[in-house]
Amino acid sequence: MTLYWEEEMETLPRVGLESIQLKRLQHLVARVYKTVAPYREKMDAAGVKPEDIQSLADLAKLPFTVKEDLRDNYPFGLFTVPMDQVVRVHASSGTTGKPTVVGYTKKDLETWSGLMARALTLAGVTAKDMVHNAYGYGLFTGGLGAHYGIERLGATVIPVSGGNTKRQITIMKDFKSSVLLATPSYALNLAETMETLDVDPRSLSLRVGVFGAEPWSENMRDEVERKLNIKAVDIYGLSEVMGPGVSMQCLEGEKGMHVFEDHFLPEIIDPDTGEVLPPGEKGELVFTTLTKEAFPIIRYRTKDISRLMYDTCACGRTLVRMEKVTGRTDDMLIIRGVNVFPSQIEHVLMGTEGVEPHYQIVVNREGNMDTMAVEVEVSEDIFSDEIKALENLTKRIQMDIKDMLGVTCRVKLVEPRTIQRSEGKAQRVIDNRKL
Amino acid sequence: MRVEQIAVFLENKSGRLAEITARLAEENINIRALSVADTADFGILRLIVDNVEKAKKTLKSNGFTVGITNVIAVEVADKTGGLAGVLKTIEAEKLNVEYMYAFVNKTGENAVLIFRFDDMDKAIESLQRTGYTILSGEQICAL
Repeated sequence: MTLYWEEEMETLPRVGLESIQLKRLQHLVARVYKTVAPYREKMDAAGVKPEDIQSLADLAKLPFTVKEDLRDNYPFGLFTVPMDQVVRVHASSGTTGKPTVVGYTKKDLETWSGLMARALTLAGVTAKDMVHNAYGYGLFTGGLGAHYGIERLGATVIPVSGGNTKRQITIMKDFKSSVLLATPSYALNLAETMETLDVDPRSLSLRVGVFGAEPWSENMRDEVERKLNIKAVDIYGLSEVMGPGVSMQCLEGEKGMHVFEDHFLPEIIDPDTGEVLPPGEKGELVFTTLTKEAFPIIRYRTKDISRLMYDTCACGRTLVRMEKVTGRTDDMLIIRGVNVFPSQIEHVLMGTEGVEPHYQIVVNREGNMDTMAVEVEVSEDIFSDEIKALENLTKRIQMDIKDMLGVTCRVKLVEPRTIQRSEGKAQRVIDNRKL
Repeated sequence: MRVEQIAVFLENKSGRLAEITARLAEENINIRALSVADTADFGILRLIVDNVEKAKKTLKSNGFTVGITNVIAVEVADKTGGLAGVLKTIEAEKLNVEYMYAFVNKTGENAVLIFRFDDMDKAIESLQRTGYTILSGEQICAL
Protein backbone atom coordinates (compact mmCIF):
# COMPACT_ATOMS: atom_id res chain seq x y z
CA MET A 1 0.00 0.00 0.00
CA THR A 2 1.34 3.38 -0.93
CA LEU A 3 1.95 5.71 1.95
CA TYR A 4 1.24 9.37 1.38
CA TRP A 5 2.13 12.41 3.41
CA GLU A 6 -0.45 14.70 1.80
CA GLU A 7 -2.52 12.32 -0.29
CA GLU A 8 -4.85 14.92 -1.78
CA MET A 9 -2.06 17.10 -3.15
CA GLU A 10 0.05 14.17 -4.28
CA THR A 11 -2.75 12.57 -6.30
CA LEU A 12 -4.53 15.65 -7.63
CA PRO A 13 -5.72 15.34 -11.26
CA ARG A 14 -3.59 17.53 -13.54
CA VAL A 15 -6.36 20.03 -14.24
CA GLY A 16 -6.80 20.73 -10.55
CA LEU A 17 -3.06 20.90 -10.02
CA GLU A 18 -2.60 23.36 -12.87
CA SER A 19 -5.27 25.69 -11.58
CA ILE A 20 -3.54 25.80 -8.18
CA GLN A 21 -0.20 26.38 -9.91
CA LEU A 22 -1.54 29.27 -12.00
CA LYS A 23 -3.14 30.99 -9.03
CA ARG A 24 0.09 30.69 -7.03
CA LEU A 25 2.22 31.82 -9.97
CA GLN A 26 0.13 34.97 -10.57
CA HIS A 27 0.30 35.83 -6.89
CA LEU A 28 4.08 35.26 -6.84
CA VAL A 29 4.85 37.33 -9.94
CA ALA A 30 2.77 40.26 -8.67
CA ARG A 31 4.47 40.16 -5.29
CA VAL A 32 7.99 39.87 -6.66
CA TYR A 33 7.39 42.66 -9.18
CA LYS A 34 6.25 44.93 -6.39
CA THR A 35 8.93 44.11 -3.81
CA VAL A 36 12.20 43.25 -5.60
CA ALA A 37 13.80 45.89 -7.82
CA PRO A 38 16.10 43.57 -9.78
CA TYR A 39 13.12 41.37 -10.76
CA ARG A 40 11.06 44.41 -11.71
CA GLU A 41 13.88 45.81 -13.85
CA LYS A 42 14.37 42.53 -15.67
CA MET A 43 10.65 42.16 -16.34
CA ASP A 44 10.36 45.72 -17.55
CA ALA A 45 13.32 45.20 -19.87
CA ALA A 46 11.62 42.10 -21.26
CA GLY A 47 8.35 44.04 -21.65
CA VAL A 48 6.30 41.78 -19.41
CA LYS A 49 3.92 42.84 -16.62
CA PRO A 50 2.40 40.67 -13.88
CA GLU A 51 -1.03 40.96 -15.62
CA ASP A 52 0.44 39.21 -18.68
CA ILE A 53 0.52 35.91 -16.81
CA GLN A 54 -2.87 34.52 -17.80
CA SER A 55 -1.97 30.85 -18.25
CA LEU A 56 0.87 28.54 -17.26
CA ALA A 57 2.23 28.84 -20.80
CA ASP A 58 2.78 32.57 -20.12
CA LEU A 59 5.55 31.55 -17.73
CA ALA A 60 7.83 31.42 -20.79
CA LYS A 61 7.47 35.20 -21.13
CA LEU A 62 9.31 35.79 -17.86
CA PRO A 63 13.09 36.29 -17.87
CA PHE A 64 15.36 33.57 -16.46
CA THR A 65 17.20 33.92 -13.19
CA VAL A 66 20.79 32.65 -13.15
CA LYS A 67 23.41 32.19 -10.46
CA GLU A 68 25.02 35.48 -11.51
CA ASP A 69 21.85 37.33 -10.47
CA LEU A 70 22.21 35.91 -6.97
CA ARG A 71 25.85 36.93 -6.82
CA ASP A 72 25.15 40.41 -8.14
CA ASN A 73 22.62 40.92 -5.37
CA TYR A 74 24.77 39.34 -2.67
CA PRO A 75 23.85 38.77 0.08
CA PHE A 76 20.17 39.67 0.59
CA GLY A 77 19.22 41.73 -2.46
CA LEU A 78 16.66 39.29 -3.85
CA PHE A 79 14.81 38.72 -0.57
CA THR A 80 11.18 39.81 -0.73
CA VAL A 81 10.55 40.30 2.98
CA PRO A 82 12.28 42.52 5.55
CA MET A 83 15.11 40.79 7.43
CA ASP A 84 13.12 40.70 10.67
CA GLN A 85 10.87 38.12 9.03
CA VAL A 86 13.81 36.00 7.87
CA VAL A 87 14.48 33.34 10.48
CA ARG A 88 17.23 31.40 8.75
CA VAL A 89 19.79 31.78 5.98
CA HIS A 90 21.77 29.20 4.07
CA ALA A 91 24.58 29.71 1.56
CA SER A 92 26.52 27.81 -1.05
CA SER A 93 30.20 27.11 -0.49
CA GLY A 94 31.17 29.81 -2.97
CA THR A 95 33.88 27.70 -4.58
CA THR A 96 33.28 29.28 -7.97
CA GLY A 97 32.94 32.85 -6.79
CA LYS A 98 30.88 34.69 -4.19
CA PRO A 99 28.55 32.40 -2.27
CA THR A 100 24.86 32.53 -3.07
CA VAL A 101 22.72 33.28 -0.06
CA VAL A 102 19.12 32.19 0.47
CA GLY A 103 16.67 32.96 3.28
CA TYR A 104 13.56 31.47 4.85
CA THR A 105 10.64 32.82 6.86
CA LYS A 106 9.04 30.80 9.62
CA LYS A 107 6.39 29.68 7.16
CA ASP A 108 9.07 28.74 4.58
CA LEU A 109 10.70 26.44 7.11
CA GLU A 110 7.33 24.85 7.82
CA THR A 111 6.76 24.30 4.11
CA TRP A 112 10.24 22.86 3.69
CA SER A 113 9.91 20.49 6.66
CA GLY A 114 6.58 19.30 5.29
CA LEU A 115 8.02 18.69 1.83
CA MET A 116 11.02 16.86 3.29
CA ALA A 117 8.64 14.70 5.36
CA ARG A 118 6.65 14.07 2.18
CA ALA A 119 9.85 13.11 0.35
CA LEU A 120 10.92 10.66 3.03
CA THR A 121 7.45 9.09 3.00
CA LEU A 122 7.99 8.35 -0.71
CA ALA A 123 11.03 6.31 0.35
CA GLY A 124 8.91 4.35 2.80
CA VAL A 125 10.30 6.12 5.86
CA THR A 126 7.89 6.25 8.81
CA ALA A 127 7.80 7.50 12.38
CA LYS A 128 9.29 4.14 13.45
CA ASP A 129 12.58 4.76 11.65
CA MET A 130 16.01 5.75 12.98
CA VAL A 131 17.26 8.17 10.36
CA HIS A 132 21.03 8.57 10.06
CA ASN A 133 21.48 12.04 8.62
CA ALA A 134 25.01 12.23 7.22
CA TYR A 135 24.40 15.33 5.12
CA GLY A 136 26.59 18.18 6.30
CA TYR A 137 25.05 20.53 8.84
CA GLY A 138 25.72 24.24 8.61
CA LEU A 139 25.31 26.69 5.77
CA PHE A 140 24.76 23.79 3.34
CA THR A 141 21.01 23.11 3.08
CA GLY A 142 21.34 19.31 3.13
CA GLY A 143 21.85 18.64 6.82
CA LEU A 144 19.36 21.01 8.44
CA GLY A 145 16.83 20.72 5.62
CA ALA A 146 16.63 16.97 6.03
CA HIS A 147 16.83 17.24 9.82
CA TYR A 148 13.61 19.19 10.26
CA GLY A 149 11.80 16.99 7.77
CA ILE A 150 12.74 13.88 9.70
CA GLU A 151 11.47 15.46 12.90
CA ARG A 152 8.27 16.58 11.19
CA LEU A 153 7.72 13.03 10.01
CA GLY A 154 8.07 11.86 13.60
CA ALA A 155 11.01 9.58 12.90
CA THR A 156 14.10 9.69 15.09
CA VAL A 157 16.87 11.80 13.66
CA ILE A 158 20.52 11.02 14.29
CA PRO A 159 22.16 14.35 13.40
CA VAL A 160 25.54 12.79 12.68
CA SER A 161 26.50 15.19 9.83
CA GLY A 162 29.52 14.42 7.64
CA GLY A 163 32.93 13.11 8.63
CA ASN A 164 34.35 10.85 11.31
CA THR A 165 33.43 7.82 9.25
CA LYS A 166 34.47 5.12 11.71
CA ARG A 167 32.35 6.69 14.42
CA GLN A 168 29.40 6.82 12.01
CA ILE A 169 29.63 3.07 11.56
CA THR A 170 29.72 2.49 15.31
CA ILE A 171 26.63 4.67 15.64
CA MET A 172 24.88 2.76 12.86
CA LYS A 173 25.58 -0.47 14.71
CA ASP A 174 24.66 0.73 18.19
CA PHE A 175 21.69 2.97 17.35
CA LYS A 176 20.36 0.59 14.69
CA SER A 177 20.10 3.25 11.99
CA SER A 178 17.51 2.10 9.46
CA VAL A 179 17.66 4.94 6.93
CA LEU A 180 20.81 6.63 5.62
CA LEU A 181 20.83 10.14 4.19
CA ALA A 182 24.10 11.09 2.48
CA THR A 183 25.74 11.97 -0.80
CA PRO A 184 26.19 8.81 -2.89
CA SER A 185 29.97 9.19 -2.83
CA TYR A 186 29.97 9.39 0.95
CA ALA A 187 27.78 6.26 1.05
CA LEU A 188 30.52 4.43 -0.85
CA ASN A 189 33.11 5.87 1.49
CA LEU A 190 31.10 4.38 4.37
CA ALA A 191 30.84 1.01 2.61
CA GLU A 192 34.56 0.96 2.04
CA THR A 193 35.35 1.81 5.63
CA MET A 194 33.00 -0.97 6.77
CA GLU A 195 35.03 -3.35 4.67
CA THR A 196 38.31 -2.36 6.30
CA LEU A 197 36.71 -2.61 9.74
CA ASP A 198 35.27 -6.03 8.89
CA VAL A 199 31.72 -4.78 9.48
CA ASP A 200 29.20 -6.73 7.43
CA PRO A 201 26.48 -4.33 6.19
CA ARG A 202 23.99 -7.21 6.53
CA SER A 203 24.58 -7.14 10.28
CA LEU A 204 23.30 -3.55 10.36
CA SER A 205 19.67 -2.43 10.36
CA LEU A 206 19.97 -0.20 7.28
CA ARG A 207 17.07 -0.65 4.89
CA VAL A 208 17.05 2.32 2.59
CA GLY A 209 19.37 5.13 1.57
CA VAL A 210 18.24 8.55 0.35
CA PHE A 211 20.99 10.00 -1.82
CA GLY A 212 21.41 13.33 -3.51
CA ALA A 213 23.42 16.56 -3.86
CA GLU A 214 25.60 15.32 -6.71
CA PRO A 215 25.11 13.65 -10.08
CA TRP A 216 25.58 9.89 -10.04
CA SER A 217 24.95 7.07 -12.49
CA GLU A 218 22.57 4.10 -12.37
CA ASN A 219 25.61 1.85 -12.18
CA MET A 220 26.74 3.66 -9.08
CA ARG A 221 23.28 3.11 -7.61
CA ASP A 222 23.70 -0.65 -8.17
CA GLU A 223 27.09 -0.48 -6.52
CA VAL A 224 25.74 1.33 -3.45
CA GLU A 225 22.80 -1.06 -3.17
CA ARG A 226 25.06 -4.10 -3.37
CA LYS A 227 27.77 -2.82 -1.07
CA LEU A 228 25.48 -1.52 1.67
CA ASN A 229 22.72 -4.10 1.16
CA ILE A 230 20.03 -1.41 0.95
CA LYS A 231 17.59 0.10 -1.48
CA ALA A 232 19.03 3.37 -2.81
CA VAL A 233 16.71 6.17 -3.93
CA ASP A 234 17.29 9.63 -5.33
CA ILE A 235 16.37 12.89 -3.71
CA TYR A 236 16.80 16.20 -5.44
CA GLY A 237 16.99 19.77 -4.40
CA LEU A 238 19.12 22.87 -4.54
CA SER A 239 19.43 25.76 -2.16
CA GLU A 240 18.36 28.38 -4.70
CA VAL A 241 15.00 26.61 -5.03
CA MET A 242 14.68 25.40 -1.42
CA GLY A 243 17.17 22.66 -0.53
CA PRO A 244 16.57 18.91 -0.48
CA GLY A 245 12.96 17.88 -1.07
CA VAL A 246 12.21 19.55 -4.41
CA SER A 247 11.67 16.12 -5.91
CA MET A 248 11.97 12.55 -4.75
CA GLN A 249 11.98 9.03 -6.13
CA CYS A 250 9.21 6.73 -4.92
CA LEU A 251 9.64 3.05 -4.09
CA GLU A 252 6.81 1.70 -6.21
CA GLY A 253 7.22 3.34 -9.59
CA GLU A 254 9.83 3.32 -12.27
CA LYS A 255 12.94 5.34 -11.56
CA GLY A 256 12.74 9.12 -11.67
CA MET A 257 11.75 11.63 -9.02
CA HIS A 258 8.32 13.11 -8.40
CA VAL A 259 8.56 16.89 -8.53
CA PHE A 260 6.50 18.51 -5.79
CA GLU A 261 4.68 20.56 -8.38
CA ASP A 262 2.26 22.20 -6.00
CA HIS A 263 5.32 24.15 -4.77
CA PHE A 264 7.80 24.07 -7.65
CA LEU A 265 7.01 24.57 -11.30
CA PRO A 266 9.49 22.70 -13.52
CA GLU A 267 10.42 23.42 -17.12
CA ILE A 268 12.96 21.86 -19.48
CA ILE A 269 14.74 24.25 -21.80
CA ASP A 270 17.33 24.07 -24.51
CA PRO A 271 20.45 25.29 -22.65
CA ASP A 272 21.74 27.08 -25.74
CA THR A 273 18.62 28.89 -26.95
CA GLY A 274 16.61 29.11 -23.74
CA GLU A 275 13.57 27.78 -25.59
CA VAL A 276 11.09 25.61 -23.67
CA LEU A 277 11.25 22.01 -24.89
CA PRO A 278 8.22 19.72 -25.34
CA PRO A 279 7.40 17.14 -22.63
CA GLY A 280 9.78 14.19 -22.56
CA GLU A 281 12.75 15.96 -24.10
CA LYS A 282 16.11 16.21 -22.42
CA GLY A 283 17.50 19.60 -21.52
CA GLU A 284 18.26 21.99 -18.69
CA LEU A 285 15.93 22.01 -15.71
CA VAL A 286 14.40 25.33 -14.74
CA PHE A 287 12.38 25.93 -11.57
CA THR A 288 9.97 28.57 -10.37
CA THR A 289 9.01 28.45 -6.71
CA LEU A 290 5.28 28.87 -6.07
CA THR A 291 4.96 29.21 -2.31
CA LYS A 292 8.22 30.54 -0.91
CA GLU A 293 8.04 33.83 0.98
CA ALA A 294 11.52 35.11 1.81
CA PHE A 295 13.36 34.01 -1.27
CA PRO A 296 11.11 33.03 -4.15
CA ILE A 297 12.80 32.50 -7.46
CA ILE A 298 11.49 32.79 -11.00
CA ARG A 299 12.68 30.51 -13.79
CA TYR A 300 15.94 29.58 -12.11
CA ARG A 301 18.34 27.82 -14.46
CA THR A 302 19.70 24.88 -12.48
CA LYS A 303 22.31 23.78 -15.05
CA ASP A 304 21.15 20.22 -14.28
CA ILE A 305 20.32 18.06 -17.28
CA SER A 306 17.10 16.07 -16.98
CA ARG A 307 13.81 15.18 -18.64
CA LEU A 308 10.21 15.36 -17.41
CA MET A 309 8.02 12.27 -17.58
CA TYR A 310 4.28 12.85 -17.49
CA ASP A 311 3.12 9.21 -17.69
CA THR A 312 1.29 7.90 -14.64
CA CYS A 313 3.34 6.29 -11.92
CA ALA A 314 2.60 2.93 -10.28
CA CYS A 315 2.56 4.64 -6.89
CA GLY A 316 -0.58 6.58 -7.82
CA ARG A 317 0.97 10.02 -7.59
CA THR A 318 0.08 12.39 -10.39
CA LEU A 319 3.12 14.59 -9.80
CA VAL A 320 5.42 14.67 -12.84
CA ARG A 321 8.67 12.74 -12.55
CA MET A 322 12.06 14.09 -13.50
CA GLU A 323 14.80 11.80 -14.67
CA LYS A 324 17.86 11.24 -12.50
CA VAL A 325 20.28 14.08 -13.04
CA THR A 326 23.45 12.60 -14.45
CA GLY A 327 25.03 15.63 -15.99
CA ARG A 328 25.30 19.35 -15.66
CA THR A 329 25.64 21.95 -18.31
CA ASP A 330 28.54 23.42 -16.39
CA ASP A 331 30.57 20.36 -15.41
CA MET A 332 30.66 19.51 -19.05
CA LEU A 333 34.22 19.41 -20.22
CA ILE A 334 35.16 20.28 -23.73
CA ILE A 335 38.13 18.16 -24.69
CA ARG A 336 39.53 18.91 -28.12
CA GLY A 337 36.09 20.13 -29.16
CA VAL A 338 34.17 17.16 -27.81
CA ASN A 339 31.62 17.54 -25.01
CA VAL A 340 32.44 15.21 -22.17
CA PHE A 341 30.33 14.69 -19.06
CA PRO A 342 32.04 13.00 -16.12
CA SER A 343 28.93 10.83 -15.78
CA GLN A 344 29.66 9.31 -19.18
CA ILE A 345 33.13 8.29 -18.05
CA GLU A 346 31.65 6.94 -14.84
CA HIS A 347 29.24 4.89 -16.90
CA VAL A 348 32.11 3.27 -18.81
CA LEU A 349 34.07 2.55 -15.65
CA MET A 350 31.13 0.99 -13.85
CA GLY A 351 30.47 -1.17 -16.86
CA THR A 352 33.99 -2.59 -16.60
CA GLU A 353 34.09 -5.68 -14.45
CA GLY A 354 35.46 -5.04 -10.99
CA VAL A 355 36.34 -1.41 -11.50
CA GLU A 356 35.83 0.68 -8.38
CA PRO A 357 33.72 3.79 -8.59
CA HIS A 358 36.58 5.92 -7.34
CA TYR A 359 37.97 7.80 -10.23
CA GLN A 360 39.13 11.23 -11.17
CA ILE A 361 39.41 13.01 -14.46
CA VAL A 362 42.48 15.18 -14.88
CA VAL A 363 42.56 17.60 -17.77
CA ASN A 364 45.69 19.40 -18.90
CA ARG A 365 46.75 21.49 -21.82
CA GLU A 366 50.07 20.48 -23.30
CA GLY A 367 51.08 22.93 -26.00
CA ASN A 368 47.80 23.58 -27.78
CA MET A 369 46.51 20.12 -27.11
CA ASP A 370 44.05 19.14 -24.38
CA THR A 371 44.86 15.91 -22.65
CA MET A 372 42.55 13.92 -20.45
CA ALA A 373 43.70 11.32 -17.97
CA VAL A 374 41.30 9.07 -16.11
CA GLU A 375 42.75 7.85 -12.84
CA VAL A 376 41.17 4.68 -11.55
CA GLU A 377 41.81 3.05 -8.22
CA VAL A 378 42.91 -0.58 -8.37
CA SER A 379 40.70 -2.91 -6.39
CA GLU A 380 41.44 -6.54 -5.57
CA ASP A 381 38.91 -7.56 -8.19
CA ILE A 382 40.90 -6.14 -11.05
CA PHE A 383 44.40 -6.54 -9.67
CA SER A 384 46.61 -9.15 -11.21
CA ASP A 385 50.19 -10.20 -10.54
CA GLU A 386 50.80 -9.97 -14.28
CA ILE A 387 51.63 -6.65 -15.92
CA LYS A 388 49.99 -7.89 -19.11
CA ALA A 389 46.57 -8.24 -17.47
CA LEU A 390 46.65 -4.75 -15.97
CA GLU A 391 47.79 -3.22 -19.22
CA ASN A 392 44.97 -4.98 -21.04
CA LEU A 393 42.53 -3.54 -18.55
CA THR A 394 43.71 0.03 -19.06
CA LYS A 395 43.61 -0.48 -22.82
CA ARG A 396 40.05 -1.78 -22.64
CA ILE A 397 38.85 1.19 -20.58
CA GLN A 398 40.64 3.53 -22.94
CA MET A 399 38.93 1.91 -25.93
CA ASP A 400 35.49 1.98 -24.29
CA ILE A 401 35.87 5.68 -23.52
CA LYS A 402 37.03 6.31 -27.05
CA ASP A 403 34.01 4.38 -28.36
CA MET A 404 31.60 6.34 -26.22
CA LEU A 405 33.04 9.83 -26.50
CA GLY A 406 35.36 9.77 -29.46
CA VAL A 407 38.14 11.11 -27.25
CA THR A 408 41.41 9.38 -26.55
CA CYS A 409 42.45 9.53 -22.95
CA ARG A 410 45.19 8.12 -20.81
CA VAL A 411 44.01 5.63 -18.21
CA LYS A 412 46.18 5.49 -15.15
CA LEU A 413 45.80 2.92 -12.41
CA VAL A 414 46.42 4.26 -8.94
CA GLU A 415 46.59 2.73 -5.48
CA PRO A 416 43.38 2.40 -3.49
CA ARG A 417 42.38 5.40 -1.40
CA THR A 418 44.75 7.74 -3.17
CA ILE A 419 41.94 9.68 -4.80
CA GLN A 420 40.68 12.07 -2.21
CA ARG A 421 37.48 10.94 -0.47
CA SER A 422 34.78 13.46 -0.02
CA GLU A 423 32.53 13.78 2.93
CA GLY A 424 30.14 15.74 0.78
CA LYS A 425 30.15 16.11 -2.95
CA ALA A 426 32.78 14.15 -4.84
CA GLN A 427 35.21 16.15 -6.92
CA ARG A 428 35.46 14.24 -10.16
CA VAL A 429 37.28 16.67 -12.36
CA ILE A 430 40.58 18.45 -11.97
CA ASP A 431 40.91 20.87 -14.85
CA ASN A 432 44.40 22.32 -14.96
CA ARG A 433 43.86 24.20 -18.21
CA LYS A 434 44.29 27.92 -18.02
CA LEU A 435 41.77 29.02 -20.60
CA MET B 1 53.98 -28.32 -4.86
CA ARG B 2 52.88 -24.75 -5.34
CA VAL B 3 54.09 -21.82 -3.34
CA GLU B 4 51.85 -18.91 -2.39
CA GLN B 5 53.15 -15.59 -3.55
CA ILE B 6 51.88 -12.18 -2.53
CA ALA B 7 51.58 -9.53 -5.22
CA VAL B 8 51.11 -5.88 -4.32
CA PHE B 9 50.05 -3.02 -6.58
CA LEU B 10 52.46 -0.09 -6.40
CA GLU B 11 52.19 3.34 -7.88
CA ASN B 12 55.50 4.61 -9.16
CA LYS B 13 56.22 7.13 -6.45
CA SER B 14 58.92 7.34 -3.88
CA GLY B 15 58.57 5.62 -0.55
CA ARG B 16 56.02 2.97 -1.43
CA LEU B 17 58.44 0.05 -1.27
CA ALA B 18 59.91 1.40 1.96
CA GLU B 19 56.40 1.63 3.41
CA ILE B 20 55.63 -2.00 2.59
CA THR B 21 58.86 -3.40 3.96
CA ALA B 22 58.53 -1.33 7.13
CA ARG B 23 54.98 -2.60 7.77
CA LEU B 24 56.07 -6.22 7.22
CA ALA B 25 59.07 -5.76 9.51
CA GLU B 26 56.84 -4.40 12.28
CA GLU B 27 54.83 -7.61 12.10
CA ASN B 28 57.96 -9.80 12.11
CA ILE B 29 57.29 -11.10 8.64
CA ASN B 30 60.37 -12.36 6.86
CA ILE B 31 60.74 -11.86 3.14
CA ARG B 32 62.35 -14.90 1.48
CA ALA B 33 62.35 -13.61 -2.08
CA LEU B 34 61.05 -10.65 -4.03
CA SER B 35 60.90 -9.05 -7.40
CA VAL B 36 59.52 -5.79 -8.75
CA ALA B 37 58.08 -5.48 -12.23
CA ASP B 38 57.37 -2.01 -13.43
CA THR B 39 55.84 0.08 -16.17
CA ALA B 40 55.82 3.85 -16.56
CA ASP B 41 52.80 4.26 -14.29
CA PHE B 42 52.81 1.41 -11.84
CA GLY B 43 54.67 -1.59 -10.55
CA ILE B 44 53.89 -4.97 -9.13
CA LEU B 45 55.83 -6.19 -6.15
CA ARG B 46 55.94 -9.97 -5.80
CA LEU B 47 56.94 -11.49 -2.50
CA ILE B 48 57.52 -14.89 -0.99
CA VAL B 49 57.17 -14.54 2.78
CA ASP B 50 57.13 -16.81 5.80
CA ASN B 51 53.56 -15.94 6.77
CA VAL B 52 51.33 -15.27 3.79
CA GLU B 53 48.06 -14.70 5.67
CA LYS B 54 49.55 -12.28 8.15
CA ALA B 55 51.39 -10.40 5.41
CA LYS B 56 48.22 -10.08 3.37
CA LYS B 57 46.24 -8.81 6.33
CA THR B 58 48.94 -6.31 7.30
CA LEU B 59 49.25 -4.88 3.81
CA LYS B 60 45.51 -4.75 3.23
CA SER B 61 44.88 -2.95 6.47
CA ASN B 62 47.49 -0.41 5.38
CA GLY B 63 45.49 0.27 2.25
CA PHE B 64 47.42 -1.73 -0.33
CA THR B 65 45.81 -3.84 -3.03
CA VAL B 66 47.04 -7.36 -2.46
CA GLY B 67 46.59 -10.55 -4.46
CA ILE B 68 47.74 -14.11 -3.73
CA THR B 69 48.86 -16.28 -6.62
CA ASN B 70 50.51 -19.65 -6.92
CA VAL B 71 54.00 -19.96 -8.30
CA ILE B 72 56.43 -22.85 -8.41
CA ALA B 73 59.89 -22.92 -6.90
CA VAL B 74 62.47 -25.05 -8.68
CA GLU B 75 65.71 -25.89 -6.96
CA VAL B 76 68.84 -26.16 -9.08
CA ALA B 77 72.52 -26.49 -8.29
CA ASP B 78 74.16 -23.06 -8.17
CA LYS B 79 76.52 -23.62 -11.06
CA THR B 80 76.90 -22.62 -14.70
CA GLY B 81 73.97 -23.69 -16.82
CA GLY B 82 71.54 -24.25 -13.96
CA LEU B 83 68.84 -21.96 -15.28
CA ALA B 84 69.59 -22.84 -18.91
CA GLY B 85 68.78 -26.49 -18.16
CA VAL B 86 65.41 -25.65 -16.69
CA LEU B 87 64.51 -23.34 -19.54
CA LYS B 88 65.46 -26.02 -22.04
CA THR B 89 62.93 -28.39 -20.52
CA ILE B 90 60.34 -25.64 -20.56
CA GLU B 91 60.98 -24.77 -24.16
CA ALA B 92 60.75 -28.42 -25.20
CA GLU B 93 57.28 -28.56 -23.64
CA LYS B 94 56.26 -25.29 -25.36
CA LEU B 95 55.42 -23.74 -22.00
CA ASN B 96 55.26 -20.00 -21.70
CA VAL B 97 56.93 -18.26 -18.76
CA GLU B 98 54.76 -15.39 -17.53
CA TYR B 99 57.56 -14.18 -15.28
CA MET B 100 60.35 -15.49 -13.12
CA TYR B 101 62.89 -14.43 -10.52
CA ALA B 102 65.58 -16.24 -8.60
CA PHE B 103 67.59 -16.28 -5.42
CA VAL B 104 70.53 -18.23 -4.03
CA ASN B 105 70.03 -19.95 -0.71
CA LYS B 106 72.20 -19.35 2.31
CA THR B 107 74.60 -22.26 1.85
CA GLY B 108 75.34 -21.04 -1.66
CA GLU B 109 75.02 -24.54 -3.05
CA ASN B 110 71.64 -24.21 -4.62
CA ALA B 111 69.61 -21.56 -6.38
CA VAL B 112 65.84 -21.34 -6.26
CA LEU B 113 63.96 -20.26 -9.37
CA ILE B 114 60.45 -18.89 -8.90
CA PHE B 115 58.24 -19.34 -11.96
CA ARG B 116 54.77 -18.41 -13.05
CA PHE B 117 53.54 -20.29 -16.12
CA ASP B 118 50.34 -20.05 -18.09
CA ASP B 119 49.95 -23.81 -17.57
CA MET B 120 51.20 -24.52 -14.09
CA ASP B 121 50.16 -28.22 -13.90
CA LYS B 122 51.94 -29.13 -17.07
CA ALA B 123 55.04 -27.23 -15.95
CA ILE B 124 55.19 -29.08 -12.62
CA GLU B 125 54.68 -32.41 -14.30
CA SER B 126 57.37 -31.93 -16.97
CA LEU B 127 59.95 -30.44 -14.60
CA GLN B 128 59.49 -33.32 -12.17
CA ARG B 129 59.70 -35.81 -14.99
CA THR B 130 63.04 -34.28 -16.04
CA GLY B 131 64.30 -34.75 -12.50
CA TYR B 132 64.05 -31.27 -11.02
CA THR B 133 63.19 -30.71 -7.39
CA ILE B 134 60.15 -28.53 -6.79
CA LEU B 135 60.02 -26.98 -3.36
CA SER B 136 57.01 -26.44 -1.14
CA GLY B 137 56.29 -23.19 0.71
CA GLU B 138 57.54 -24.72 3.99
CA GLN B 139 60.77 -25.85 2.36
CA ILE B 140 61.48 -22.33 1.09
CA CYS B 141 60.96 -20.87 4.50
CA ALA B 142 63.24 -23.50 6.01
CA LEU B 143 66.10 -22.79 3.62
